[in-house]
Amino acid sequence: MLARFIKSTELDIRLLGMAGALALIWIVFHVLSGGLFLTPRNLWNLSVQSAPVAIMAAGMVFVIVTRNIDLSIGSMLGFIGMIMGTIQTDVLPKVLGFEHPATWALTLAAGLGLGLGLGAFQGFVIAYLGIPSFIVTLGGLLVWRGAAWWVTSGQTVAPLDDTFRLLGGGPEGSIGATWSWVLGFVACATIVVVLAHGRGQRKKFHFPLRPMPAEFVVGGMACAAVLAAVAVVNAYPWPVGIVRRYAEANHIAVPDGGLFIAHGIAIPVLIAIGTGVVMSFLATRTRFGRYAYAIGGNPEAAELAGVDTRWVILKCFMLMGLLAAIAGAVSIARLNAATNSEGTLAELLVIAAAVIGGTSLSGGVGTVAGAMLGAVLMQSLQSGMVLLGVDTPLQNIVVGAVLVAAVGLDTVYRRRSAI
Amino acid sequence: MDRTPLVAMRDISLAFGGVHAVDRVSVDLYPGEVMALVGHNGAGKSTLVKILSGAYRRDSGTIAIRGEEASIANPRDARKYGIETTYQSLALADNVDAAANLFLGRELRTRWGTLDDIAMEAEARKVIGRLNPNFQRFKDPVKALSGGERQSVAIARAILFDARILIMDEPTAALGPQEAAQVGELIRKLKSDGLGIFLISHDIHDVFDLADRICVMKNGRVVGTARVAHVTKDEVLGMIILGKCPTAAAPGLGAVED
Repeated sequence: MLARFIKSTELDIRLLGMAGALALIWIVFHVLSGGLFLTPRNLWNLSVQSAPVAIMAAGMVFVIVTRNIDLSIGSMLGFIGMIMGTIQTDVLPKVLGFEHPATWALTLAAGLGLGLGLGAFQGFVIAYLGIPSFIVTLGGLLVWRGAAWWVTSGQTVAPLDDTFRLLGGGPEGSIGATWSWVLGFVACATIVVVLAHGRGQRKKFHFPLRPMPAEFVVGGMACAAVLAAVAVVNAYPWPVGIVRRYAEANHIAVPDGGLFIAHGIAIPVLIAIGTGVVMSFLATRTRFGRYAYAIGGNPEAAELAGVDTRWVILKCFMLMGLLAAIAGAVSIARLNAATNSEGTLAELLVIAAAVIGGTSLSGGVGTVAGAMLGAVLMQSLQSGMVLLGVDTPLQNIVVGAVLVAAVGLDTVYRRRSAI
Repeated sequence: MDRTPLVAMRDISLAFGGVHAVDRVSVDLYPGEVMALVGHNGAGKSTLVKILSGAYRRDSGTIAIRGEEASIANPRDARKYGIETTYQSLALADNVDAAANLFLGRELRTRWGTLDDIAMEAEARKVIGRLNPNFQRFKDPVKALSGGERQSVAIARAILFDARILIMDEPTAALGPQEAAQVGELIRKLKSDGLGIFLISHDIHDVFDLADRICVMKNGRVVGTARVAHVTKDEVLGMIILGKCPTAAAPGLGAVED
């Protein structure tokens, strides 16, 4: 009965399984930590901490789906971060003056351009010169990390431009309660419209329709999840000290019980969600995405069908570079400093997130949503163990073991269902 | 059948290094006809059709399509002349569904430039439904389909874009008897639609079942060409193994003198 109903919703069972695993991890940590895990504060922090890895995992799906790998993104993040740090603290202030309103935008544009360029360069060497991506990006891992050091001979660049820092979150870098609710309701409306449109289209072509209860359950669950997330981030107030300063600056009288100002959704989380939506759209609704998956499934067939496989692979690496730049901007903004070791080992976390999220290293299989959920899962494990006071070496052991176990389970599941 | 042939290949030769993979081969194909190409491995039949489908370039010889000289340098050229190929390896992307495979490289798009999956699925249901009314699994990746269903997808892909000339490389290899029968049914249907089909097969029963004419090759040369009704299986086996051309067949360069 239940199985039939789940099938009728046409939801991705693996994705549901992952959401279930995530919920289980959260509850276990909540109990073990004596009620510290499932609090607005911890969940809000978790969302911000997950953002950089989630952003890059969305791009890694494309790279892995086309039977490639990118080991260079952690170093690339560090190098681009250093360049962005230097531009906003050293180059632009000399030209425009300190704290110029255009500084953040020019810095970000330069960083994104650099990310695209580095990605395109690596993609060209891989796709057109035929050097395996593992080797090219392994080289990139060393080269860009070295380059990050050279930018300032290893010196840390800080502090950063005030506006740029909003990209990293924090009380100021969040959109507040009102806008969070607005976005939440817009998202719900979009979900309803998309479901209704899909149903209309299927009706038009006389295809079998999903049963109506299934439609309602899917739409209802999606909207409930969105609104619950908004409620959680809106329940996390600004710290008292910041509220006091804010109240003084704006001449607001603080009432007796203290002033409650909610964080709302953090800007880096918005960036990650936006990235996820755009990348999912690319993967499922455009020719580029279709070709990436076809190449992963059977490169020869794609070639025979007239797909320009090399150009598609080059574009995947360009996207990956762009997303590494975005993640770099978020990371240095959050730290309020650019260091040459920023993003060390990030490539492995990103690959692990993608793989836990159901991306197959043999190519052709994987979803953006799964990979991003994988990133949240990895981050949940890590911050949960921090809450429990687990030593760093043991944390690594647990994360490593979970990665292997998750992929092992998935392999068994795939073999059983033959899909 | 003295109309203009759909395909007329004349004196086609192609050598790899010093080996004559195809040596002065001439073969015709008429509309609504199945022409079987048979012979041992390495007899040159696959090489011959790859020249027609644009995968290989011939050293010499001419190809005429509907009586007009055709220049075929790559698979895209061949497609322009309405030549489509289904490969032995099926050449499907296993991980995406039937409609995505059908339209791979030629996707239908909405007016915003996004993939029009619904329209593609509708078209896929139409085409595959015509070929194989039992086909239901439009949402599953092709990997999950049976061999016969996969072959239906491969053939539908070929005919979707109005192929007039179909090259089928071992369409029934690796299929169970029931599925092979299904594919045979498909071939008859296509024939009655007026397509010309080159059928490469190892299975002599298949050939006698499906083909109108048969062309036997050995060592890159044609042993002989005959109407299936005029020769026996033993005679065809004699042609394949010994290169002996029976009286009912028109001998080629590869025929052994008695």
